[in-house]
Amino acid sequence: MNFQDTPEEAGFRAGVRAWLDQHAPGYVVPAGPKPPHAKHIRNAKAWQALKAGAGFVGIVWPKAVGGQGGTPIQQVIFQQEEQRYRLPTGVFSIGLGMCLPTLFTHGAPELAARYVPPAMRGDEIWCQLFSEPAGGSDVAAARTRAVRVAGKEGGDDEWVINGQKVWTSGAKDCDYGLLLARTDPSVPKHAGLTMFFIDMRDPAVEVRPIKSMPGESEFNEVFFTDLRISDRQRLGAPGAGWKVSLTTLMFERLAVGGRPATAPSLDDLMGLMRQSGVEPEHHAQTLARFYLNDQGIALTRLRLMTALSRGQVPGPEASISKLVVAKNLQEMAGFAQELAANAAMDFDEASPLHGFTQWQMWSAGLRIAGGTDEILRNIIAERVLGLPPEVRLDKDTPYNQLQA
Amino acid sequence: MNFDFSDEQQELRRQAQRLLGTGCARARTQVTASASFDAALWRQAVEMGWTAAAVPEAQGGLGLGVLELCVLAEECGRALAPLPFAASVLQATQALSITQSTWPNDAAAAQWLPLLAAGEVVATVALVEPGGRLWSDAPQARVQGGRLTGTKSPVAQAAGADLAIVSARSDEDGDSFGLWLVDLRGGGTGDEAGSRSDIHRPSIHSLDLVNRHGGLRFDGAPAQRLGPPGAGPELLRRLIDSTAVLMAFEQLGSAEAALAMALAYVRQRKAFGREIASYQAVKHRLADMYVKNQLARSHAYYGAWALSTGAAELPLAAAGARLAALDAQTFATEENVQLHGGIGFTWECDAQLYYRRTRAQAIALGGRAHWAQRLVAMLARVDGNTTTAAATSA
Repeated sequence: MNFQDTPEEAGFRAGVRAWLDQHAPGYVVPAGPKPPHAKHIRNAKAWQALKAGAGFVGIVWPKAVGGQGGTPIQQVIFQQEEQRYRLPTGVFSIGLGMCLPTLFTHGAPELAARYVPPAMRGDEIWCQLFSEPAGGSDVAAARTRAVRVAGKEGGDDEWVINGQKVWTSGAKDCDYGLLLARTDPSVPKHAGLTMFFIDMRDPAVEVRPIKSMPGESEFNEVFFTDLRISDRQRLGAPGAGWKVSLTTLMFERLAVGGRPATAPSLDDLMGLMRQSGVEPEHHAQTLARFYLNDQGIALTRLRLMTALSRGQVPGPEASISKLVVAKNLQEMAGFAQELAANAAMDFDEASPLHGFTQWQMWSAGLRIAGGTDEILRNIIAERVLGLPPEVRLDKDTPYNQLQA
Repeated sequence: MNFDFSDEQQELRRQAQRLLGTGCARARTQVTASASFDAALWRQAVEMGWTAAAVPEAQGGLGLGVLELCVLAEECGRALAPLPFAASVLQATQALSITQSTWPNDAAAAQWLPLLAAGEVVATVALVEPGGRLWSDAPQARVQGGRLTGTKSPVAQAAGADLAIVSARSDEDGDSFGLWLVDLRGGGTGDEAGSRSDIHRPSIHSLDLVNRHGGLRFDGAPAQRLGPPGAGPELLRRLIDSTAVLMAFEQLGSAEAALAMALAYVRQRKAFGREIASYQAVKHRLADMYVKNQLARSHAYYGAWALSTGAAELPLAAAGARLAALDAQTFATEENVQLHGGIGFTWECDAQLYYRRTRAQAIALGGRAHWAQRLVAMLARVDGNTTTAAATSA
């Protein structure tokens, strides 16, 4: 039992570290007030292009689609090393983490040849269009409708899309989106979905920002009004959309989570206590709980890495990370606010409490995004512990006969 | 990255499971047994090398290491094995090994380690005195002219042990105290008078029905010093960190067993027309048990790593392992009773064996408030850098 890399892993890590030490400092996002958005995107794209040129994008993707044909442990090692710097990687995380793997797994080789290289270089940004106002956790309840029509002048069939998606990150910066739409309302809901990709710059696509609780507009609503796309933009068979969406989870699990890089740590809290002259021992059980959760997840990630290092495939066990981290962050940030008392009333970016006040808000979103706490508990109970699903009224009923 | 047990260690786990099973049937038999432990099962464990595993080869051991002890501890905790394994191997033998590694010429350690490794004697640690709280408390027991007088209680396996490690003061210890070995053989048990008048073993109504506790009263019993004079606090500090890690594995095994018991029951029990396993209120409770067990496992592994490598992080890692194990074991064993409903509250239901074990182990080494204080004092001392070896590589 040790924390050492195997010789191969150590060699890979050394190469990554040397490359990052040389190139990363020029692209680091400065702490403090955010840079202008356009500048941030330019910086992110430049960093992505550099990484792609050096062969550090698509590490686990097959060589046939332009990936590196590497191992999951190499991808995790690269992420670990990259996280030592505050780099602008968030812009591409959904596209490269979920959309592109779906595209090259379920799309024709010509599609991969056209879309994978520019996405890897950061020339084109992708987003995911799954959530809808009427179906948050229940993704398969999607209402957005895609109707097949004959193509113009005998060309390929086309699909006409109408509906609305919600909670799309960074949609206004995106070039393409992965879309889950209902193509057959007459069959049970999981069977009537199909996966497509769409051009986000099409005039029939309208992006409206959502102002979220912390007052920012990262997320968007996306509306489709008679959007026409080619049948070539379909990924997988009609009706296979739900299965297609599940395969992307395999890739998502490699991003094993952990505390968000910019979120405050227990060290920050201890620092705040020192500044405020509060004895940590007076809050021993509370602080111990924060430590057990935070350090416990960091250590659990090392166990996951060990499994990857031994060639095992990551399973749904990884679901515990966000479940623990988000709630712990919420409680720790709230505790810090109470400790700082009235100083925490000031929500200003310049406030020394800003890291805590900001994450006291964002943690509430983190507990909902990408699988709510409740859905994660269901996943653990059903897929890890093998317990039966809740009695379902919607599984076998045709979608258009459902009451809700 | 290799933060897990090796294939050989996992094979040892499978061997242990073949011997003990993964349920607590043998523990249930022990509840009504008159003997302190299952002697036949103990002989098999000795033959399989469990008592010798972590003892150096020079002392007649197998020279494996504490990681093997961690694996065995987890399996003993899972089955609530009716063995003196924790008292004799995880605690007393470890105490002698720690002494031996620090003072290689210690005569008492050199004399007894081979006997413990061979399974010829069963030992226990007798540190707490009536009204006391912690192993490290300054003792009232006294040694004069090599003879021990005093009372220790509660002591695990007091009725069945051949050898006790006792904390006591003597004139040479100054303001401090020392540790002593006392050969208990021939001393009486319960109301039964033994062949010796200098050792009595008064029984207590033991909270833990399987790993039973009792008392030891010494009236001028011959005692042999372990380690140098005044070394008691230092030795116990190290023994407590070691025990916190090894007990965390026992606790983890029990927590996993409680989760397995609850899972089996909720799948079989039906209420309101369906199996209760399909209710979200039930499933989410089980998911939370799983999460706590996973966190406890990760912290226990960190403790195992620190203990096996002698890392400077050991005190911090041991506190984390202890607290996470208490958290997981408490939740799993309490909710196991709860999810069993009425049957869980009966004497016959095995849930109570795990429920009682949790409390016994929470008390034995100091509870959550005590360990949280220790942990946070260490975190505060690190002064703005709680980053540990593990967190650095994460």
